[in-house]
Amino acid sequence: MAEHTRANLPPLALHVPEPKFRPGDAVDFAAVDVPPAGATRRPDTADAARSFTDIAYGLVRVLDDENNAVGPWDPRLSPDMLRRMLRSMALLRAFDERMFRAQRQGKTSFYMKATGEEAVSVAAAHALDYEDMCFPSYRQQGLLIARGWSLVDMMNQIYSNSADRLQGKQLPIMYSAREAGFFSISGNLTTQYPQAVGWAMASAAKGDTRIAAVWCGEGSTAEGDFHSACTFAAVYRAPVIMNVVNNQWAISSFSGFAGAESTTFAARAVGYGIAGLRVDGNDALAVYAATQWAAERARTNQGPTLIEHFTYRAEGHSTSDDPGQYRSAGEPTAWPLGDPVKRLKDHLIAIGEWDEDRHAAQDRELAEEVKAAQKEAEKNGILGHGLHQPLDTLFDGVFEEMPWHLREQQAQMIAEETASGRPWDRK
Amino acid sequence: MTMTEEPTTRMNMIQAINSALDVVMARDPDVVVMGEDVGYFGGVFRATAGLQAKYGKTRVFDTPITECGIIGVAVGMGAYGLRPVPEIQFADYIYPALDQLVSEAARLRYRSAGEFISPMTVRSPFGGGIFGGQTHSQSPEGIFTHVSGVKTVIPSTPYDAKGLLIAAIEDNDPTIFFEPKRIYNGPFNGYWDRPAENWSKHPAGDVPTGYYKIELGKAKVVRDGEALTILAYGTMVHVCTAVVAEAGVDAEIIDLRTLVPLDIETIEASVKKTGRCMIVHEATRTSGFGAELSALVQERCFYHLEAPIERVTGFDTPYPHSLEWAYFPGPVRIGEALKKIMKDG
Repeated sequence: MAEHTRANLPPLALHVPEPKFRPGDAVDFAAVDVPPAGATRRPDTADAARSFTDIAYGLVRVLDDENNAVGPWDPRLSPDMLRRMLRSMALLRAFDERMFRAQRQGKTSFYMKATGEEAVSVAAAHALDYEDMCFPSYRQQGLLIARGWSLVDMMNQIYSNSADRLQGKQLPIMYSAREAGFFSISGNLTTQYPQAVGWAMASAAKGDTRIAAVWCGEGSTAEGDFHSACTFAAVYRAPVIMNVVNNQWAISSFSGFAGAESTTFAARAVGYGIAGLRVDGNDALAVYAATQWAAERARTNQGPTLIEHFTYRAEGHSTSDDPGQYRSAGEPTAWPLGDPVKRLKDHLIAIGEWDEDRHAAQDRELAEEVKAAQKEAEKNGILGHGLHQPLDTLFDGVFEEMPWHLREQQAQMIAEETASGRPWDRK
Repeated sequence: MTMTEEPTTRMNMIQAINSALDVVMARDPDVVVMGEDVGYFGGVFRATAGLQAKYGKTRVFDTPITECGIIGVAVGMGAYGLRPVPEIQFADYIYPALDQLVSEAARLRYRSAGEFISPMTVRSPFGGGIFGGQTHSQSPEGIFTHVSGVKTVIPSTPYDAKGLLIAAIEDNDPTIFFEPKRIYNGPFNGYWDRPAENWSKHPAGDVPTGYYKIELGKAKVVRDGEALTILAYGTMVHVCTAVVAEAGVDAEIIDLRTLVPLDIETIEASVKKTGRCMIVHEATRTSGFGAELSALVQERCFYHLEAPIERVTGFDTPYPHSLEWAYFPGPVRIGEALKKIMKDG
């Protein structure tokens, strides 16, 4: 019983969000508002953010139900560019399949797929300049793939093997690739948000021409870092594109636990005076167009853009997750915005620039490419017992120069190893 | 200590810090200063006064009031190639930035195998004795010394403040630079009811106007002695000096200056010589940096010790307002510990 009840007032009730569908439920996404493609206006990139706040509550879509590209956001890409994007997305999917299986085979400890969200990272990477700096979360491996980064290098990291550029120091998939403009991924959520803003501020302060782009999930927008970053980005008009990947699920917590029952994530931009776009994240052309628009805004000192990519996490959060425990198995196929790979493929077919046979052949070719990369990477070893990294590298990189207390601890470790009679490699 | 033929002038600790920032900003265009009120106004303690006018608003700027944002942005700026010197207005306000400091700045070099570094120096006034109450008086150094990948530096004089700050800024690893605000204006001796001194009469208030560095990780013996070793830093160096003088004890007082990396050699040599060790800090006692010092001395000097190691610290309470001087490890608490350690053994 409540301690302070008053007879003349109704008792208060706490609202705890609850997703519409749980395991076993029939799924009907009719309540998800999907405006027709081409219906959303495209403001000039020089317009004041407050003049188009309606877009933060709408949905930018280019590909319509007949697989045509329509409306003012159509980026009018060449067939070659469309095919390149399709290839990157299909390669990402093939890579994910292979590495997921590698984890299940015990070759590594952990993996995270981007299935159903391929357009979000791949289309953005194609719309950005290669020199622009990306601050990804853990599900934007598509940036590296679209930028043509070596699959073998990515796999070496996943296996923590002897060729791992991160020397086995990071959890699998927490890549860092400075040469590819890809910042070191953190496991702590949204910490990259203010960092991307800081990078963009530095670029602007130095009179550089490069911009920054950053990604987080919708669940992570609840972190303080997100709001600190929005404030900084707005205040200094930082040349940064802030992407929120709304894939509906943060492990088992649906988007309602980040506030989606009452507003959109793009609308977070409104309170900060930042340009906000809400985009069909399964529509590669819409993602490309929004990124291109935001990049132009950033490059012309119009400041940051917050883009919500409305998409769906078609598989588990990670190899450690079983979504069957908390959501209906019918959700991924019922998702009203479809499969991003299929939608781009169907568009290319619709305009006569692709066909099912070529697609099937490409899928086979990509599967072979991934398989060959895996074979190559496994020559450098798979995860196991930390044996791939020289023992003394454990202490490298804590500081630029190793202080005495770390040298002492390193000596202790080596003495332990000698006493164990099981020698590990040394540098 | 780097000796220099450069001209010197009298400075208090604020002026010395300001001079350090000025000198290093003039030498390196990548150094940027940021924080709440540091720009046009020049900082609530005036440590950044005049810098914005001299170096412009893209190198010295005010920030939104979000410590998480300040440090997060500084990580990004460091990744770009700048050398940020963010100010956290009071150490008591550093906690919202903890994740960015602990999981990001301190770990970036390690997790990226050197692809990205975080060469920032976080300046922050810390410590009590100014009637700041619990939100303007804390000494959280022990939180940072516990974190791998970050250095912690605490000066006790204007001369050291300038040389250490320049060294910290030029260092390629993240450094927490705690400034004992009680001694910004003068070497407070712990006798709060006596007239305050200022730095103008203290030899370490004589500060070179140009560039010099004091190497991080080097302690300073501020008083040679034979009877016992006192380990202190920041404000407590001056309190200990005064108490030792009053008691007429031949103590060797070591100002640690850098807590991580620690100058263990100087500590070890001194304790082995004196056979007694007293550790003094203003921070709360439990799990304070004194516990680490005590463990190190015990591990390395056990057979030379003639008495149990003494720790003199603040109490494990929030920093009080009206009862500030009951909390502060002042002359009485230190004096009693001194009697005890000299009687034992």
